[in-house]
Amino acid sequence: MAADKLESTQTVDPGQTMIINLGPQHPSTHGVLRVRLELDGERVVHAEPVVGYLHTGFEKTAENLTYQQCNTITDRLDYLAPMTNNLAYVLAVEKLLGVEVPKRAQYIRVLFAELTRVASHLVWLGTHVMDLGAMSLFFYTMREREVILDLIEDAAGVRMNPSYFRIGGLAYDLPAGFHEKVHEFVKDFPRWMKSYRHLFEGNPLINERLEGIATITQEQALAWSVTGPNLRATGLPIDLRKDEPYSSYEDFDFDVPVRTGADAYARFWVRVDEIYEAMKIIEQAIDKITPTGPYTSSDRKISLPPRDEIYGNMEALIHQFKLVTQGFVVPAGEVYQAVEGPRGEMGFYIVSDGGTKPYRWRARTPSFYNLQTMPLMCKDGLVADVITAIGSIDIMLGDVDK
Amino acid sequence: MILQLVILIVKIILLIALLMLGFAYTTLFERRLLGFFQLRLGPNRVGPFGLMQPLADGLKMALKEDLMPALADKSVFRLAPVFSLFAALCVDAVIPFGAPIHLFGTTITLDIANPSIGLLIAFAFSSLGIYGIVLGGWASQNKYSLLGGIRASAQMISYELAMGLSVMGVLMLAHTANMEDIVLAQKAHGWFFVPEIIPFLIYYITAFAETNRTPFDLPEAESELVAGYHTEYSGFRFAMYYIAEYINMITVSGIAVTLFFGGWLGPSFLPPIVWFLLKVGVSMFVFVWVRATFPRFRYDKLMSFGWKYLVPAALIYFVATAAFVSGVI
Repeated sequence: MAADKLESTQTVDPGQTMIINLGPQHPSTHGVLRVRLELDGERVVHAEPVVGYLHTGFEKTAENLTYQQCNTITDRLDYLAPMTNNLAYVLAVEKLLGVEVPKRAQYIRVLFAELTRVASHLVWLGTHVMDLGAMSLFFYTMREREVILDLIEDAAGVRMNPSYFRIGGLAYDLPAGFHEKVHEFVKDFPRWMKSYRHLFEGNPLINERLEGIATITQEQALAWSVTGPNLRATGLPIDLRKDEPYSSYEDFDFDVPVRTGADAYARFWVRVDEIYEAMKIIEQAIDKITPTGPYTSSDRKISLPPRDEIYGNMEALIHQFKLVTQGFVVPAGEVYQAVEGPRGEMGFYIVSDGGTKPYRWRARTPSFYNLQTMPLMCKDGLVADVITAIGSIDIMLGDVDK
Repeated sequence: MILQLVILIVKIILLIALLMLGFAYTTLFERRLLGFFQLRLGPNRVGPFGLMQPLADGLKMALKEDLMPALADKSVFRLAPVFSLFAALCVDAVIPFGAPIHLFGTTITLDIANPSIGLLIAFAFSSLGIYGIVLGGWASQNKYSLLGGIRASAQMISYELAMGLSVMGVLMLAHTANMEDIVLAQKAHGWFFVPEIIPFLIYYITAFAETNRTPFDLPEAESELVAGYHTEYSGFRFAMYYIAEYINMITVSGIAVTLFFGGWLGPSFLPPIVWFLLKVGVSMFVFVWVRATFPRFRYDKLMSFGWKYLVPAALIYFVATAAFVSGVI
């Protein structure tokens, strides 16, 4: 992007602007984002995101962990959508290993990836509308997110950082009664969603805060590697679930919501529509998942043997010992695998030197790329529009800084 | 003469006590209601139903450290919150809280002063209150506070005019600006919100702007300006702003009730003052309800809404009422 595009179209007296730091401690920067704003009155002359306040060094840490252990790091990147991060990572390693994952496990993965998407979008909906000044919706969406977290807790044992997907399959089988709970959730959800829509649909106050605000054109979005709902809001139906299906997404019937407005309003409705599409996939997935069946690969060199096998079988005991103490060997090579996360293309690039630990482990996190469009979106807007812009691209600081 | 003076002083003390009590329990009322709107309980731990919570809050506020930024304009910084609170309290002097009562052989009116230009005085003082906010924002030497102060002044300019025009119809119908006479006129003609429903709505919208409440809470806009004009205030100085905001809510509700809903008038099974407080209470509920529901206006949209819609609408209705009263139509 040429530098002249970033400059303001209106004349500004150079001595009359005010520099203000929005963040890193600010109520609506969704964590520790710092935006350096140059203001002329309330009008933004230039906005520059300053990142790194949540830098954790995950990529280096991963080089000292076995492949299975690295999984726990992926949870903590985008902590509102841990399951899709897990999925991208395990798919990448499975691609290197060439391991076959049972269909049932793939469907369960799809189910949880979509539950996570709904949970993540609910948090976005609540916080975005709260940034615009309406507080109550946040509490309602958090209540429904809690139901999804309960489902995740039932299966994985933890709520926030489940690491439920393992290389080769899943950590455990689904618990008894899980199907009924999901069915109940699918049944209740449309009613909840309908009640939320009363609060924001057609509300002139919300519409005028979103329409025509923080526009990223299609060319700009492509130039800055914007992905996910932010890209689909510019009219491009790009969705990895359709374009490069993984984990048996080709077996599911769903649409890719697209809007052409390219503004905050379009991004808002792409995400709201995505919640409905995700619910469609969840409904199909829970019908496809048989109550019993394999939940992980039968390759004992990769997946842990079941408990009862360990107690009566010498080889199983040895496998269990080797896998826990050393991990498994991944053939030398490199791989990139991406999935469609709630925020865009979540990908992992892994280089293996033939050992039990990755040689290079890199995460392509969508929020980092989406955040780069901040100067474009905020230029010539008002301070209030900066807040709208931050909310409308749905960034996650764990995902940006990693 | 001495008796009159004693009565006046007692009335002033009672009014301030009533307003402080009203402020304290309005905060509790708001927090509890917001809690119910938002699937929470709200404060219910201190005393039965949380009834002692305002006292605990007040104590906490009074004991907090009073911080002042090193670069602040010290005298203005100290004066600004006092100014806000002073203006907020003064407005209530002209609002009649109930019908005159007869005691000790004299007639006591339930207001501090009853001037013939009561409504004008009320508006004059409520306009002064904005200076506390602007000066506080300016004196803090904080960029967020400054933006909050600028927003407050812009908001005031955009809304005072519509507010003033919206009540003119009532004055013409009542043929007086005396608050007590306006109430008495409604006894004769019926409550004024029936003929003046559009001016009432305009007044009520501008009342939200006047008190800096959602959806017009731009001067403090927590998701944009951290806390706006009172970002740098703490302890009791912050409490003064806080008290002023809530007393302003009570005041604008009181004026709305007086002008449009017959003040203390109501069926005789309840005393007049109870009717007045009940009506104010309903208005307070609406304030909280709106806060729980609506998002915030944007700075420029708010001004265009004020100038392009509210002022012309109020003006048209003002002219129409004038034509009606003078018998042209």
